[in-house]
This record gives sequence, C-alpha cells and structure tokens, in this order.
Amino acid sequence: MGSNTITVTDGDFQTAIASETPTLVDFWAEWCGPCKIMDAPLDELAGDYSGKLTVAKLNVDENPSTMGAYSVMSIPTMIVFQNGEERRRLVGARSKGQLQAELAEFLNQ
Amino acid sequence: MTEKVVIIGSGPAGLTAAIYAARAGLEPLMVEGMERGGQLMITTDVENYPGFPDGIMGPDLMEQIRKQAERFGTRIISSNVTDVDLSERPFTVRVGSDEYRAETVIISTGASARWLGVPGEEKLRGFGVSACATCDGFFFRDKELVVVGGGDSAMEEALFLTKFASKVTVVHRRDSFRASTIMAERVLNHPKIDVVWNSVVDEVVGDGVVTGVVLRDVETDATTPFSTDGVFVAIGHTPNTKVFSGQLELDGAGYILTEPGTTRTSVPGVYAAGDVADKVYRQAVTAAGMGCQAALDAERFLDHMG
Repeated sequence: MGSNTITVTDGDFQTAIASETPTLVDFWAEWCGPCKIMDAPLDELAGDYSGKLTVAKLNVDENPSTMGAYSVMSIPTMIVFQNGEERRRLVGARSKGQLQAELAEFLNQ
Repeated sequence: MTEKVVIIGSGPAGLTAAIYAARAGLEPLMVEGMERGGQLMITTDVENYPGFPDGIMGPDLMEQIRKQAERFGTRIISSNVTDVDLSERPFTVRVGSDEYRAETVIISTGASARWLGVPGEEKLRGFGVSACATCDGFFFRDKELVVVGGGDSAMEEALFLTKFASKVTVVHRRDSFRASTIMAERVLNHPKIDVVWNSVVDEVVGDGVVTGVVLRDVETDATTPFSTDGVFVAIGHTPNTKVFSGQLELDGAGYILTEPGTTRTSVPGVYAAGDVADKVYRQAVTAAGMGCQAALDAERFLDHMG
C-alpha cells in the first residue's frame, strides 16, 4: 500500500469523513484484482493533491458494517466525502487521468 | 507541418507500432487517449506475455512498453481524438481544437467491455449491476443472481458466483452456448445454475439496489419480470470505432476490416492493429504483433509515395 494514503476502519470511519477537506475512501479487498490496480493511481493522487484531498483505504473484508451502511456492492468503489456527506461515487477501476477529470471539482479548489 | 505517422490509441498495438515507426525514423505522434494503456491497465497478472517468466501486472507491462516507445522519440498527446477526416491525404486528426495532418494513420483504439445498454443498468451499476464476478461475488452471499451471456467468460462468471449465491440464472439470447463444451457442460450440470434460453434482459429494475430484471423471449417477444439481487454482464467487447464510422469499412459488429494478412484498411495509408480489427485472437501479444505489422505497412507506403 502506498505511503500517501491512510487506512480507515469501521471504528474510525465517521471521524475520518467528517473533515471539510474532501476524503476519498477506496473500498477494496485482497481478492479483488481491479482494486490492486487502483493502488498506484490513488497513491499518486494523494501525493499530488496533498492538502486538497485525503485518500483513505477501507478493507471490506475486515469492515463489513461501513460497507453495508453505504450499500457498497461492487469494488473498487471510491466515495468522496466532505463534512460527513457523500459527494461523489465512482465504481470500477480507472486511470489516474480519469480520476483527475472526474474529481476535478475537488482537486482544483 | 504534416506528420509522417499518427498513431491513435496506446495499448500494446499502438505502442509497438510507435516503437517500430520511431526506430524507422518516422517520428510518430501518438494520441494515447484518456484510457492510456488500454485494457491491460485493468488486468492484474499477465502470465502469457513472452519474456516475463514470473508474470507481470498489466499496468507495469504497459509502462515498460511505453518507455520503450518514448526512448526512440515517440511524441505522446494525452487526450482523446475528437474526429478524423480520412477522405483525402494528408489525413486530418482533430484533438479538441488542435488539428494534426498525417501522411499515414495507424488506428489501435482497441475494444471496451460491453454493457447491455438497457434502462436501469447504468443507474444501478455498483448497486447490483456488475461486470466482474471475482470483484463483486462476495457482496451476494446467499442471494440470487443473473448472469447475461453465453461465451466462456459468462460460464466462468456463473460458476464463480455459485461459491456465494444461492442460485444463479444464466440468461442467453440463443438456444445453445457459444462457450467451449467443457465450460458449457459444467454450467449445465451445476445444481445451483439454471439457464433461460432465447431471452434477453430488457430492463434492470430497482430503487436504490437491483431487485429484478425484465426478461424478453426473443422468439415470442413476451416479457416477464424476474426477481434477482444482482446482474452480472458478460456479453463480450465492442470495438472503439465510433469516430471512424462512415470513413472506413467496418464489419457488422463495428470492427475495422483489413486486407487479410496485412493491416491495410479500405483507405490506402490508414492501418488498423489490435482488438479494434481483431475479434478472434484478442491477446496482448497478437495486438503487439499487429502493431509491428502496421508500422511496417505504413513505412512501405511512405517509401512508395516518395
């Protein structure tokens, strides 16, 4: 896992997403191939936009209640939260360029 | 200024074409597209690409091939082609407001996984609509699922999903599977799998999450609601040829037609390589081979033109 991202769990999830700084939570699991592909682009995004976007990883195997609360039924799912509210949801693997385009409103603030 | 070669697309076909064209001194310009690297960027372990005895991750393989193309002077633009004019030479390739002229064009835009394109599907993607059983089967423990398709990948998805689901129904538009006999038999003999023949999904139903589909019998046109907790789509790929339609000869499914044994399209000076022109082999290594052919075909064409 990259050095620019943080790990969240069921226990500290609500605290993590409460921030005014947008937090992207990547729902992933060990057995999900496309999730592994997101490691590098998400780590780079977190590094490039440090201070503008926090990137957090949540393992769905170990944290079933958060997964259920947000009806995550497909991974990778990436949800951007701000002030505790869901602002944007992206389902499926994509490149760093696509992430930048789709998350422009958060990254270019 | 007119470019000698413009390459559209940046999967194994496009990048190999770039390596060969660059080494031939043709100074290729590549429009790599927003989905840089192509389908391999969302493929994990590639274990059949020669030269990597321990396998390699798809994105790592593409990064290496890209470096090799850049080493010989390929220039790369990271955007999608907006439109092309192949009616006269030099050809025109537009990228937003930028316009490029090209003596030859190599098309290697690849193919994308196909979705059903029916009401409800897009809205419910990630909420019960999926195209990846290994990713999402986990979320459907003891649930009932539908798999759409009749090829090997549909069989693999259905069999994998039986590990989680209480019941899997395969919906197929024909009266027999296109899949290999061994895979089809495993599905037909599986106690948890049912098959609905001669039927298509007309709609995905659900408020928030998938609760069902509408099935249509293709022979009688009769529609039936069918309860399910999830829909897995495995109906193959569609070539990325929208911007070329009407300018090049395509087959019924949208693939670019090439002269057998070459990468020549219906327009002299325009070549096609990789999945955009190949619905038979569709491998990283065959795409790379076709990319090489396309660069050599383009080089020969430029030689003849003087």
